[in-house]
Amino acid sequence: MSAHAKTISLTVNGTRVEASVPPRQHLGDFLRERELLTGTHLGCEHGVCGACTILIDGEPARSCITFAVACDGRSVTTVEGLDDDPVAAELREAFSTEHGLQCGFCTPGMLVAARDVVLRRPDADNPAIRTAMSGNLCRCTGYVGIVNAIRRVIDARNTNAG
Amino acid sequence: MKAVDFDYAQPATLDAALELLSREDVMVRPVAGSQSLGPMLNLRLAQPELLVDITRIAELRTIRREGDRLVIGACVTHARLEDGDYPDVTRGVLPSVAAVIAYRAVRNRGTIGGSLAHADPAADWVNVLTALGADVVIAGTGGRRSVPMTDFILGVFETALQPGEIVAEIHVPALSDRARWGYYKVCRKTGEFSHATGAVLIDPARGVQRCVAGATSGKPVVIDGPALFAGGCTEAAMAAHLAGSPAADDPIALRTHTVALKRAIAQVMS
Repeated sequence: MSAHAKTISLTVNGTRVEASVPPRQHLGDFLRERELLTGTHLGCEHGVCGACTILIDGEPARSCITFAVACDGRSVTTVEGLDDDPVAAELREAFSTEHGLQCGFCTPGMLVAARDVVLRRPDADNPAIRTAMSGNLCRCTGYVGIVNAIRRVIDARNTNAG
Repeated sequence: MKAVDFDYAQPATLDAALELLSREDVMVRPVAGSQSLGPMLNLRLAQPELLVDITRIAELRTIRREGDRLVIGACVTHARLEDGDYPDVTRGVLPSVAAVIAYRAVRNRGTIGGSLAHADPAADWVNVLTALGADVVIAGTGGRRSVPMTDFILGVFETALQPGEIVAEIHVPALSDRARWGYYKVCRKTGEFSHATGAVLIDPARGVQRCVAGATSGKPVVIDGPALFAGGCTEAAMAAHLAGSPAADDPIALRTHTVALKRAIAQVMS
């Protein structure tokens, strides 16, 4: 443990957590190694690939370039914390139906980013979905299935709302 | 891919932050959203001994109208500028440009002041705020000073900030209702850093006719006056304006910069 360790208090998936963390530890490592929430995947670890995308106070963020110590007092939600989230549930089903995943490595980040697109951009056409999702890389290159899955959820929600 | 072992402080006031930043016994760096410094730390391009997180300082997170200017706190995020919960005096420049910075997950944490202090030549605010004629208010233990964007960015990752100083505010002048602007980035992939940036502002009421060529591997190149409008934005003209920058000697870069500026100009002329 670092000589500079700080005590932080935050909420992880609805549960209060107090922890002593070295400031150098990024949030992704904190979630995976201390909280054992290995649903958050680390790809590039410099903010490019989007695999580690989680929610901080409900907004998507890269957990690899956010330090855990900076999240004192915040509420963090990982893909595990979206089990009962209605949008995430619709997305999981749509990703399955539309073959929106192959190896699954990018999927946790894709789901978190896609949830944000569904909630924030209900008017998005397919190019807008692609642009909004461009910060998440799929090295299986399964983008067509991913975009179709998001399309399906947005359409279904718009139909139900109308 | 792990940062060096650094110490960390999260002061609640600007004075407390400036005091920490003036320490000379350790290598100290300010940090806001960590969307540029985070990768540099992980790659160990930056190896500070102490990080001073300035995002909990309330006054740095405010946006207010002050006469004919909009005053934006350094720690205002790109996402907030994108969403537009403030009086936009720029006829859409701020929300439109904020919306094309990197990706939403980055915009939620990255800040306008952090982007300026980092001073990547390809960064959106570096070039757009130069075109808008914004001023940067710098805070240090000795007080505050205001520096125009054209004197703030000195080169690649180089600014007028002295050790111990931070960006406190950005002052953006209000555009007149006849102002028109254009912005074009050449990117191979959406959200990546620009290979060539064109930013253009015409504001007849304030006598402004300004073109900015950005991402030139140097500070933004400002071309004031009517010369490049109405067909004047040619590779020959751009070669003269970019003289001295690596872009001027590389035919592909020269063409890319000419195209970026031409397309930005087309947006105001149409």
